[in-house]
Amino acid sequence: MAANNFRHALFCAVVTLIISIPILGLNLEAKGINIILTGAKTSTYVAIVLAAVAVFVFQAYRDSIMGLLGKLPNFNPLADKEPMEQSKRVKLESWILTGIVVLALFWPFVVSRGSVDLATLVLIYVMLALGLNVVVGLAGLLDLGYVAFYAVGAYTFALLSQYTGISFWMALPIGALLAGLTGMILGFPVLRLRGDYLAIVTLGFGEIIRILLNNWTTLTGGPNGIGGIPEPTLFGMEFGRRVKEEGNTSFHETFGIAYSGEHKVIFLYLIALVLAVITALIIRRFMRMPVGRAWEALREDEIAARSLGLSRTAVKLSAFTIGAFFAGFAGTVFASKQGFISPESFVFLESAIILAIVVLGGMGSQLGVILAAIAVTILPELAREFSEYRMLIFGAAMVLMMVWRPQGLLPMRRIHITLNKQE
Amino acid sequence: MSMLVLEDVHTHYGKIEALHGVSVEVNKGEIVSLIGANGAGKTTLLMTVCGMPQASSGRVVLEGRDITHEPTSQIMRSGLAIVPEGRRIFSGLTVEENLHMGGFFNTKSEIRKSQAHVYELFPRLKEREHQRAGTMSGGEQQMLAIGRALMSRPNMIILDEPSLGLAPLVIKQIFEIIGHLREEGITVFLVEQNAHQALHLADRGYVLETGKIRLHDTGKNLLENPDVQNAYLGG
Ligand SMILES: Nc1ncnc2c1ncn2[C@@H]1O[C@H](COP(=O)(O)OP(=O)(O)OP(=O)(O)O)[C@@H](O)[C@H]1O
Ligand SMILES: [Mg+2]
Repeated sequence: MAANNFRHALFCAVVTLIISIPILGLNLEAKGINIILTGAKTSTYVAIVLAAVAVFVFQAYRDSIMGLLGKLPNFNPLADKEPMEQSKRVKLESWILTGIVVLALFWPFVVSRGSVDLATLVLIYVMLALGLNVVVGLAGLLDLGYVAFYAVGAYTFALLSQYTGISFWMALPIGALLAGLTGMILGFPVLRLRGDYLAIVTLGFGEIIRILLNNWTTLTGGPNGIGGIPEPTLFGMEFGRRVKEEGNTSFHETFGIAYSGEHKVIFLYLIALVLAVITALIIRRFMRMPVGRAWEALREDEIAARSLGLSRTAVKLSAFTIGAFFAGFAGTVFASKQGFISPESFVFLESAIILAIVVLGGMGSQLGVILAAIAVTILPELAREFSEYRMLIFGAAMVLMMVWRPQGLLPMRRIHITLNKQE
Repeated sequence: MSMLVLEDVHTHYGKIEALHGVSVEVNKGEIVSLIGANGAGKTTLLMTVCGMPQASSGRVVLEGRDITHEPTSQIMRSGLAIVPEGRRIFSGLTVEENLHMGGFFNTKSEIRKSQAHVYELFPRLKEREHQRAGTMSGGEQQMLAIGRALMSRPNMIILDEPSLGLAPLVIKQIFEIIGHLREEGITVFLVEQNAHQALHLADRGYVLETGKIRLHDTGKNLLENPDVQNAYLGG
């Protein structure tokens, strides 16, 4: 073990101690009107020290441990396959996607209400991830504050419904457009920044929006959120037991069937499905259009793209705006599904999850992103006992992923590294 | 009739001045070569014409239009194309996709025409049409970079060291193509380390030393100039 490694490991262990002692070891307790600081149980301190030791050992022997990890057998059957030809691939992808959509159409009629509800959430994440995929996967702009636009969409609907009684269908385009507009306004000054700087600034934006929502109590209700957001209607038919809005009829009465709470859940699911499909199709269209190629070109080589006359700002801004637009779309659906929203739904963790979906999916490939959205949303639900460790499992999955398949599940293009022959 | 004029151009990278008042003129239909040692500022000069970075003082005039303060996107859409230093092809895209990027602001039928023309100049590219550009040989990549620049049907093309790192046979091919471009009426502004071949081909040449033009004459005279021979032609 090199001395350098040792010092690095020691440093990491000390950092672990410095960070975890105040966070885990000290508790604030409210005693009457006073707040007092109490220490945690001895076992917590023991655990902290053990953690620091673990960090030390790992960092000290990091190279050999990572080497071992790399030697683990790769369970991914696709890992060593030669890449498919592009045109064949696109066709296959289309078929699989169609298959998934058809399956998804019948799905809600055979499973439980809870599953349908979860599937709606998956679809919302699919929309979000498809949108972020444009920004990160295609245009190569690392946006860590994507959830801000999701929040704009959701709050637009919530506020408009509260103050003007707007319906879901009216709010959908307004929420998306407003989110897109926010993206454009926020994007304009920051898109000059590159790489890490852009990531940090967008992270800041995400937090600013959340903090704004949290503190502008007169408008947004602050941490209490906004409730009573209406559900979507079907041609003026409501899905509740009783009709809330004047002029509307109720679904079960119109069709002369018994009221069932499931109708509403399934209807919401189907709307989310249709919107997710629309999102996928529109973005697919963009990818084939010149603007889609411009995103890729700018990501691959900024100087080359600019020297061909592409305007850096316009190209980046278009990706940012389109991404934000679909986040707003998803946000409106989310608000309608929940009926109640608060800033808590729009924390940084959400941005991180959406980004993880895009990265896991393989940066750019739509099918990959959709599969990853399903996996990331459903797996934690399946392992509910472990739900507290969700993030831990997530982190471990990401690490394994980077060891085995750094290009994601289904990368859009395989990256070939070959030496250029000299003639 | 001048195609491109630089008048007393100064260019800065932050506080450092890389060009100290450069004046260059390229006439329509000419091949003009710019030679100079590493770090003399050749790339800087070419990129200043493209507006990346912009000149901090002086004037850049393209076909009678003052482009000194125009953004790159506007300059590069007005009949000017560049083959940048180090080729900078889009290695993840196929050869054909690369060419299409070159014709980004042209109509479909124009693109089809220019593509056929590029394949005529470089039959090798046609063979590799669907190959990912990053997997091609250095020579092929350079051909692609030139082909991509030609896609926008420019009146003037700027080339920054197109022979860099290539074998003699490929270099010969590239220089032949450059000569051919002049016959098509395209004005060429060429930067080269390969001073001998560059001056041989050029109508006129400039010698740049640490951000200043030291000499300027016809290609032939520069080849015979003892100072140039000593410094750039290996004595
Ligand atoms: N982006 C940059 N930032 C700061 N300084 C730069 C930058 N690009 C070039 N320079 C400096 O400007 C001077 C001229 O560089 P330039 O690349 O124009 O030289 P060159 O003649 O093209 O050299 P070469 O033959 O090696 O390509 C050098 O001193 C270089 O260090
Ligand atoms: Mg150079």
